[in-house]
Amino acid sequence: MQRRIVSLWFPRLAAERSLRARPVDAPFALTLFDRNSERIHDLSPQAEEAGLQRGMTLVHARSFCPGLLTRPADPVADQRFLRLLARWATRYCPWVGLDGNDGLFLDITGSAHLMGGEEALCDDIRARLARSGLTARLGLADTPGTAWALSRFAEGIAPSGEALARIGPLPLAALRLTDQTCTSLERLGIATVSELHNIPRATVARRYDRNVLHRLDQALGHSPEQISPLRDEQTFSVRITLPDPIGLLDDVMAASRRLIDHLCTRLDTMQKGARSLRLTFRRVDQEDRSVELKLARPMRDAERILTLFERGVSGVDAGYGIDMIRLEALEVEPLGMRQLDRAEGREKDSIADLITQLGNRVGLENILRFQPVESHIPEHSFKLVPAAVSHPAESWPHSRTRPLRLFAPEPISGSPAGAGLEPPPRFRWRGRALTTSRAEGPERITPAWWEDNDSWAHGLRDYWRVATCQGQNLWLFHTPQNPAWFVQGEFG
Amino acid sequence: MSLPFSSVYPLKSARAHEVCGDAGLVFAAIGAGLAKGPVVWISEPRLPTVNPEGLAPYCDPGKLLITRAEGQLNVLASAETALRSGAAGLVVAEVGSAIGLTEGRRLQLAAEAGRTTALLVIPEGAGSNAAETRWRCSGVPAPAGSATASPGPRQNSHDSTLWRWSLIKNKIGTLSEWVVRWDAASHRVIVVSEAGG
Repeated sequence: MQRRIVSLWFPRLAAERSLRARPVDAPFALTLFDRNSERIHDLSPQAEEAGLQRGMTLVHARSFCPGLLTRPADPVADQRFLRLLARWATRYCPWVGLDGNDGLFLDITGSAHLMGGEEALCDDIRARLARSGLTARLGLADTPGTAWALSRFAEGIAPSGEALARIGPLPLAALRLTDQTCTSLERLGIATVSELHNIPRATVARRYDRNVLHRLDQALGHSPEQISPLRDEQTFSVRITLPDPIGLLDDVMAASRRLIDHLCTRLDTMQKGARSLRLTFRRVDQEDRSVELKLARPMRDAERILTLFERGVSGVDAGYGIDMIRLEALEVEPLGMRQLDRAEGREKDSIADLITQLGNRVGLENILRFQPVESHIPEHSFKLVPAAVSHPAESWPHSRTRPLRLFAPEPISGSPAGAGLEPPPRFRWRGRALTTSRAEGPERITPAWWEDNDSWAHGLRDYWRVATCQGQNLWLFHTPQNPAWFVQGEFG
Repeated sequence: MSLPFSSVYPLKSARAHEVCGDAGLVFAAIGAGLAKGPVVWISEPRLPTVNPEGLAPYCDPGKLLITRAEGQLNVLASAETALRSGAAGLVVAEVGSAIGLTEGRRLQLAAEAGRTTALLVIPEGAGSNAAETRWRCSGVPAPAGSATASPGPRQNSHDSTLWRWSLIKNKIGTLSEWVVRWDAASHRVIVVSEAGG
């Protein structure tokens, strides 16, 4: 089947996008700061009639046209708008690609008859775009190159096989060549596409880069040109619009349940699980209330998600009622099918749900688990990792005597510093006078010299476990290199 | 008539209990070790967490779910959430200041609803009247120079630590106190002597 391509060009995309939002009845231009001054980025036909053109500085333009209205341009939003148009264009064919910043390619091969033929298709596109305030130029041909040339220079339809006849008389710029190449060819007396086509290929190939002949071949269909369609973005969002506003918790939950069911079915077919969800309620007074849910594990179990949403939803102020509910999966992770062990599965699920519930109150990053770390430094022998992204530690080495609570070393007072290597018989700690009744030790721990650690600046430590007559069991250490005693932990 | 230790310990399940005193943390660690299933341990971020290496003789640190909640209100609310869900075997909350009767009662109701035991580590005298039991734990002062006096061949230094566990509030019985130690090998609390009662 002969390939048929539509090239759609929006000559005033940026200006028209801005005017669609807020129309003005005056010469209008968008400005962008470029090359050290505000310059005209795009403009309305009215402004063009006043003698303005793109790239002109704003100061210059104002002197031509004092009544000029301007707004700052937003190229990022323009690009987003073009993507929207590309999505809209999939109503004509499934294969739509972007063409630069202001055009689209539609591969309508085999789908023109759905709109009643090529003529009707072009008319339909033009009419719909005109209705939404966009100027569009269309070219329809066998190849993207020819369609591009037609849309830019001679709007129309090239019947199949008549590409050269239609683009032959067009200037060389229609081949998407650079200005420099065009000027150079024109100096040689070659001004149109057909003239370029008629001279021997070898003479062109010898003098110019291969791009010239490549573009010509692409336009005439001798070398292929791909159109890259936009990636189909998977959005996991569903919404429900209600005929009458609702406000009771049961009603809202029932409506939410329908959304969650729907979303979970979609996640299921895609083998994905939601990691974070947002439920947005639009109230009749046009205000939005939203509830976010961050999950400890990716999941798509409608029943459980609904239960987890309950707390958040019950706190929503429904005002005069809610008439639209939207559910959106903000983060989605792959979640394959898996065989569940009934008992174990349920227990794990209930823990994950608990992590989610706690996480939605204090933040998922505040629910942690211990993981052992290979280190002889007491305070570095474990780390805390978020429970949502980890599994419980399998085994825990416990051969060392360590206190139940570790804190930053606190110097003890009331004892003659450096009295000896044995723990002092009497000392003061946290304002209490304590008497040593029993001491076990020492256990010498040397600092990790390969690490830069200020808290170990006192050098190696001799640790003692000291039981006091007052009932405390403390973890003291002595630093022989810098004689002093500290308390670093409590055994309880 | 003295109150048998076994009638009050292990702690009555699906109830809220409180512990205070210097060795309250050990009481909580032992409770965590005896609990079935995961243990949710809630504390404020200004305090250091419990040290898992020190916890290892009493309880597998892998089954702990550490929750850091800012402020007492969040600690109590997290505890209530965890209790109601029923997924944990024990919920330990380290509370910084006094708990009102309302909060205590709420925790008690949540514990009953989720069939989960709650253990609040409180400062001295900060408990609420809604608790099922309240314990005061402290180390038993070892007699001076008794480092070699620990009896029994199998005991390592850890086991020889004695604690005085006083039951200072009991909703359904009398009060008493015991001197206990932890036997890591058999993983249980052994009553050394009945100090009072």
